[in-house]
Amino acid sequence: MAYRVYLMVCAGTGCVANHSLKVKEALEKEITKRNLAREISVVTTGCNGFCAVGPIMVVQPDGIFYQLLKPSDVTLLVEEHFVKGRPVQKLMYKPSTKEPPVPKMSDINFFKKQMLVALRNRGLIDPEKIDEYIARGGYLAIAKALTEMSPEQIIDEIKKSGLRGRGGGGFPTGIKWETCKRIPSNIRYVICNADEGDPGAFMDRSIIESDPHAVIEGMLIGAKAIGSSQGYIYIRNEYPIALERLQIALGQAREYGLLGENILGSDFNFDIKVTRGAGAFVCGESTALMASVEGKPGEPRAKYIHTVEKGLFEQPTVLNNVETWANVPQIILKGWKWFTSIGTGDVTDNPWNGSKGTKVFSLTGKVVNTGLIEVPMGITLREIVYDIGGGIPGSKKLKTVQTGGPSGGFIPETMLDIPVDFDELTKVGSMMGSGGMIVADEDNCIVDMAKYFLTFTQEESCGKCVPCREGTKRMLDILEKITIGQGTEEDLVLLEELANMVVESSLCALGGSAPNPVLTSLKYFRSEYETHVKEKKCPAHACRQLNTYKIDEKICVEIGHGCDLCRKSCPDYAIMGEPKKAHQIDQIKCHKCGVCYDVCNFKAIYVE
Amino acid sequence: MVKITIDDLAKIREKTEKTMNIREGAGRAKIIVHMGTCGIAAGAREVLSAVMNEVEQKNLKDVIVTTSGCAGLCSKEPMLTVEVAKETAPVKYIEISPSKVKKIIEEHIQNGHIVKEYALAIGSETTR
Repeated sequence: MAYRVYLMVCAGTGCVANHSLKVKEALEKEITKRNLAREISVVTTGCNGFCAVGPIMVVQPDGIFYQLLKPSDVTLLVEEHFVKGRPVQKLMYKPSTKEPPVPKMSDINFFKKQMLVALRNRGLIDPEKIDEYIARGGYLAIAKALTEMSPEQIIDEIKKSGLRGRGGGGFPTGIKWETCKRIPSNIRYVICNADEGDPGAFMDRSIIESDPHAVIEGMLIGAKAIGSSQGYIYIRNEYPIALERLQIALGQAREYGLLGENILGSDFNFDIKVTRGAGAFVCGESTALMASVEGKPGEPRAKYIHTVEKGLFEQPTVLNNVETWANVPQIILKGWKWFTSIGTGDVTDNPWNGSKGTKVFSLTGKVVNTGLIEVPMGITLREIVYDIGGGIPGSKKLKTVQTGGPSGGFIPETMLDIPVDFDELTKVGSMMGSGGMIVADEDNCIVDMAKYFLTFTQEESCGKCVPCREGTKRMLDILEKITIGQGTEEDLVLLEELANMVVESSLCALGGSAPNPVLTSLKYFRSEYETHVKEKKCPAHACRQLNTYKIDEKICVEIGHGCDLCRKSCPDYAIMGEPKKAHQIDQIKCHKCGVCYDVCNFKAIYVE
Repeated sequence: MVKITIDDLAKIREKTEKTMNIREGAGRAKIIVHMGTCGIAAGAREVLSAVMNEVEQKNLKDVIVTTSGCAGLCSKEPMLTVEVAKETAPVKYIEISPSKVKKIIEEHIQNGHIVKEYALAIGSETTR
């Protein structure tokens, strides 16, 4: 018997960390207790995307969206909604404290502007059940590719669709496949790059967690097109849920004969091996990844011979990222015309002339609705930040949007109206990257953020080539000097020179893009660097060494009545005063830790 | 397990079609049972079970069964609201018993004729 109600509980990493599985258990218990187990089914799904308000549950068929669920909410919820039919308002999403709750998921702004292609099954299927994937049209694309299409036709379809690599490079997928197929060889490989390493990025993880079969089916189609019988998925070991669901999915596909020999009764054989990565950022680079799969140290090589020609085990290899693979079945099923109707540019003659389809981003930082989003190419940054993201919390001013992770760049507020696609983002000095999008407000210091990203790339530099290993280190030293007030104007010149040198002379894309945060911040926020260097001040007050903390004695006495909290909290004993009297900071003793500023309840302490 | 063929894919899809329709909220028709305290006291629970059994027996894959609260006309409970996608307005049925359920499903949902003798009115109150 089919159920009357489906409770789609999010079991993405974010919601699981917030105890969504405990909510699920409580729901199952309560439903059994109320004798509703025959009517109501609890389903765990992949990441819903609206991670800011997790744990999330969507009630189908009515599409009611519940947020921030706790096991203790369950009794009330079951009684009211599932016994009496009254959805519980207090557990629904509220755009702001003044507005009424929004019951339906489809009416929430966060979801309205999204368009799901790679994530089309998110929240609708249980990723651990192959039948549910098939129910949503799964494995129909490979069936079509095997029975109705020649390998050339498959490649042609992908080429015409204008699909470009979602891992960051944006190389046209069809051209990659075609080039690989042209190289004479008996053995070819397809690889799925699931080594997502950007800090704050979780697109690929979420795709695998919510729809692993889409990736497998994409790889099957790619393998059929280029004539490969062996695939590899390179995934980092620090993604336990994604890894587990992938293993389950591969097992189920093998059981159904969708992997193995004579797939779907044809003469096509293909299987996939999973290689776990130890979490080195550089292993996301194609040649380093292949070296790692081969069991060698994960270091890149110079690419005068491309990997499509000599890749894994010296054989022609096609490597695509998770999101790229997940797009492939939909293109085969719905046709290139459908795909080109989404996005920017005209790719009829040349896939480089536009960005088609959608892109998944993880939206994080100083934005109200953080989470995972999929949007059509060509949407503006402003729409993403303000319509989907709900703007900046606390009515602060937006400073910059950083796209492309540690290899990307800062885009200033004045450029928020540029359309998001591969070429536009590159034009302004940033990049699409794999889809990290970090929003910063006026409280974030641009030098500090550039330092943060460079610290990451510097640590992750494999050390094989000197410009990257030493260059990023020296750049980091300069940034460090600037943030503690020892930078000079010559340092800015040297920093820029070093950055350009690292870009030009590094072996792989890690070094080639690591200086991007520094270069773009120097380009668009130079005055902020200059304030640090010339006035030894940080306009955002984020570089604490440059701050001078002072106490407004009037506020301290009249409002705070000399509460004495700052004096007690100061680790340097730098604050003088006694209760009910004005306090002062001894600037010589003060080490500028900022503790007093943080603890003062009356905002009597200010930064100069 | 035996290897599946392309025909098997279609079979799995057919088997799970109903489940997916409900999850996507994509049915042709929707039957809403009003389950306020008044409705439950008047026997809405039995009506809901009857609706579900009937939908199951007739294998109606595109019919969604759901519940809602008190419809406001407590003296006429149990009540049902039937929404058919192509029709302009939902229809409210009053004083429903399990035996009336069968007729409503056969006549209204399957054949498209409103069962006038059980109906209260066509249309729904507007909100806000």
